[in-house]
Amino acid sequence: MEIPYTVQPRDDTGLYNAKVGIWLFLASEVMLFGALFSSYILLRVGSPEGYWPRGWLNVPIGTVNTLVLITSSITTVMAWASCKMNQFGRFKVFHACTLLLALTFVCIKSYEYHDKFTHYEITLKDGRIADGHIVENNPKADHVVISGRYVQDRKDLYDLEARKAPHHHEEITIPRGQIEKMERYGPWHNTYLAIYFTLTGLHALHVIGGAIVIGFLWGPGSKLWETDPERFTNRIEISGLFWHFVDLVWIFLFPVLYLI
Amino acid sequence: MTVQDHEHFAQHVRGYLYVFYALLFGTLITVGASYIPFGNHAINIAVALCIACGKAFLVAGYFMHLISERKLIYGLLIFTACFFLGLMFLTISAYADFPPMTVTH
Repeated sequence: MEIPYTVQPRDDTGLYNAKVGIWLFLASEVMLFGALFSSYILLRVGSPEGYWPRGWLNVPIGTVNTLVLITSSITTVMAWASCKMNQFGRFKVFHACTLLLALTFVCIKSYEYHDKFTHYEITLKDGRIADGHIVENNPKADHVVISGRYVQDRKDLYDLEARKAPHHHEEITIPRGQIEKMERYGPWHNTYLAIYFTLTGLHALHVIGGAIVIGFLWGPGSKLWETDPERFTNRIEISGLFWHFVDLVWIFLFPVLYLI
Repeated sequence: MTVQDHEHFAQHVRGYLYVFYALLFGTLITVGASYIPFGNHAINIAVALCIACGKAFLVAGYFMHLISERKLIYGLLIFTACFFLGLMFLTISAYADFPPMTVTH
């Protein structure tokens, strides 16, 4: 059975069906991310003065990732335009670039996550707090080693603003007997990291999902070009709309989480 | 595809490239502006969000072709925007819903 309106627009909507479908889906995505953004606002506005983390994320890395995603957006739209201009070879090149850029984004994000999961806040029994990246944490050893610093007050850890006042990091050896609590910078650490991992994790899942679809259309799915190029071009447009939405979400995530 | 069609899409491609350059520039401006001490942190937030809105307009308008889309899509998005604003309003009203003298911290 033939699926109707995959190429020809419907008389009543003036659009082919998949386009209406993707926009309805994107509308639901707006609500999904909207709910998380409103949660972020509530958490941030409700946070006591001086206790909302600043300078915890690496701005240059975030900037590079933003540029990567923007570049992937242009390669996506160029891939679609190449199909429209009947240049299948160019389409293949542009879509391969999109795929590589998507992979780059995920790799950079993974590096950022790794950085957080190897970062520890260690409360000592004498009240001091050691904060830094783990260097040695052998469960059989009677000590842990971190590269970081000591602070007296947890508040000193929140507003880092590292770019204004760089902190001196040194290798610190802490006997296990002195440790009262040891916690890594995972989503459970505080509300900032909880919303950071939720927002960026959900976004990264979208990037991975989009990359799988783009990869399919670049590889086995591209056979459709030989039999029905118009329908294939429409598929590229639909996957592109999703990809641009993913870019759009990041355009807001980047300043909200990294810069302000 | 006719020569006119080809020329039409070639023009579009040039437009996409300009949008791409504007987005790159916007990103650098966003980062740069975050380092400027405006005196009040709220101004930094407003500036960053204004630039983000501008970039979002470029992506949605040109890459997603919303500036020349059908009425049905506009209707759908207006509907979505209303619900989105409602969601944000709920957040604000929830924040304002503390009884007087409530200890929140």
